[in-house]
Amino acid sequence: MNSFDQLSVKEIVDEVPDGCLLGIPADYSGVPMQFTKELIKKGIKNLRLYCLPLTTIQGDMLIGSGCVSEIEAAAVTLGEFGLASRFSEAIEQNTLLMKDSTCPALHAQLQATEKSVPFMPLRGVIGSDIQKHRKDWCIIPNPMNSSGIKDEPILLLPAVQLDVFVFHAACSDRNGNIQIGRRRELATLAHASKKVFVTVEKIIDEDLFENELSAATCLPALYVDGIALAKNGAWPCALPGAYKADNNEIKNYSIAAKTKDGFNEYMKLLLSK
Amino acid sequence: MELNIKREELLISQLADLLVNDKHVAVGAASPIPGAAALLAKEEAKIKNKRLRVTILHSNKYNNFTDGARELFDCAAQGRIDTFFLGGVQIDGQANINLVGTGTYPKLNKRFPGSFGSALMYFVVPQIILFREEHSPRTLVNRVDFISAPGVSEDNIYRPGGPKYLLTNRALFKFNKNDKKFLLLRLNHNETVETVTNLTEFKFDVDKNISEMINPDNERIHILRNNIAPMVSEFYPEFAKRIWDV
Repeated sequence: MNSFDQLSVKEIVDEVPDGCLLGIPADYSGVPMQFTKELIKKGIKNLRLYCLPLTTIQGDMLIGSGCVSEIEAAAVTLGEFGLASRFSEAIEQNTLLMKDSTCPALHAQLQATEKSVPFMPLRGVIGSDIQKHRKDWCIIPNPMNSSGIKDEPILLLPAVQLDVFVFHAACSDRNGNIQIGRRRELATLAHASKKVFVTVEKIIDEDLFENELSAATCLPALYVDGIALAKNGAWPCALPGAYKADNNEIKNYSIAAKTKDGFNEYMKLLLSK
Repeated sequence: MELNIKREELLISQLADLLVNDKHVAVGAASPIPGAAALLAKEEAKIKNKRLRVTILHSNKYNNFTDGARELFDCAAQGRIDTFFLGGVQIDGQANINLVGTGTYPKLNKRFPGSFGSALMYFVVPQIILFREEHSPRTLVNRVDFISAPGVSEDNIYRPGGPKYLLTNRALFKFNKNDKKFLLLRLNHNETVETVTNLTEFKFDVDKNISEMINPDNERIHILRNNIAPMVSEFYPEFAKRIWDV
């Protein structure tokens, strides 16, 4: 028996139900764009996106395609290419619920789930309007006598468990271990998700655990529910260590997505490919 | 021979001057000018046989972290980062910053990307340099529409860090934590206290030794164009192409 489940990208899409809480990696972390394209094709609805800690073209495309009802993130942006227009317009027209957060809070909420504790404390943030609008966060006086400053106000964040997390990586080994290099936030997302699927450039006939150096770069197969081959699967985003972002394409997208019509035109072409 | 200095190069030079005492400078998202300044300061430190570490979040090469994206925040909270840069759609006279949007939250008129890591970094990094190129009454406001991170906190809040400087394309200010007020230190060429006052909605003090920004000397420009520009093109290719055509 194979030591992991090899799926098609479409089969991964079928594992993502309407309304689920979907983990979204940052643009430097292996964005599963081929999967995202199939997800949009399927016409998924009411996704709730949890971004660690931000999203770029992936989130903007899903929002523009009407797939998202809610998003929790520290930022939605096209980086050097300007605002994520579909996101900004959805907020301005009040068609998307945004749970504004800050990067370390998004990490900490998943870290709580990694440890299976109900909350995680974080310093800073107090006095910001982010904190004032997050009714699911609370502030307590530090109860510890031996660490920190007694009674200093400290922010508590609830543990968040994702329903599904999908990301793209350079390779899987023959046992389903995924090479993530130094992008350890992918491991945090995986640890905190009920189901994890990965698209990869290739599956290599090696055991990455045979060598200390390569073992340390892996997300172990025990966290992974299925793997699909997707050549160039992060395009037009970069895949660290494998290929750079296709900046011309992202620029084209940023220009097209400025208007609803331009976006629709762009997506029609993309989905027909 | 005096070289023709670009506006961006003058700003990079101003920022690099503020990093000379640092051991570790980190640069976050969408910050090509601070990124270039940090690498310039590192290169100049090397010449003086000093060591400056630079972490650029959006670079693979100039990134000292192996523990994922959270390491920047953990490292900052541990006090291991001396300087970090933050911007803002709006910045007000008490150094509150807004990266979220304008209008009444959550029903915003204009939505911007979001707060990023500002709500922690502003509290824990000793020297935060605010950098916002556009200097106008719509960016430098009396009161921000949304506080992504507050400029000052109550005494009982853990806060070893906070705002130290604000640089725009017209002026350099220092932030006075006790008065909760900016102090105008330096003016860009062709600016006066009057022009800056007219373009700043918030009230500020003027330093009695106010001076003009000094152009980078030929040596600094040489390092910037020959050594730093190609480095910047690795993580901000659009910017490097526009400024230096690399």
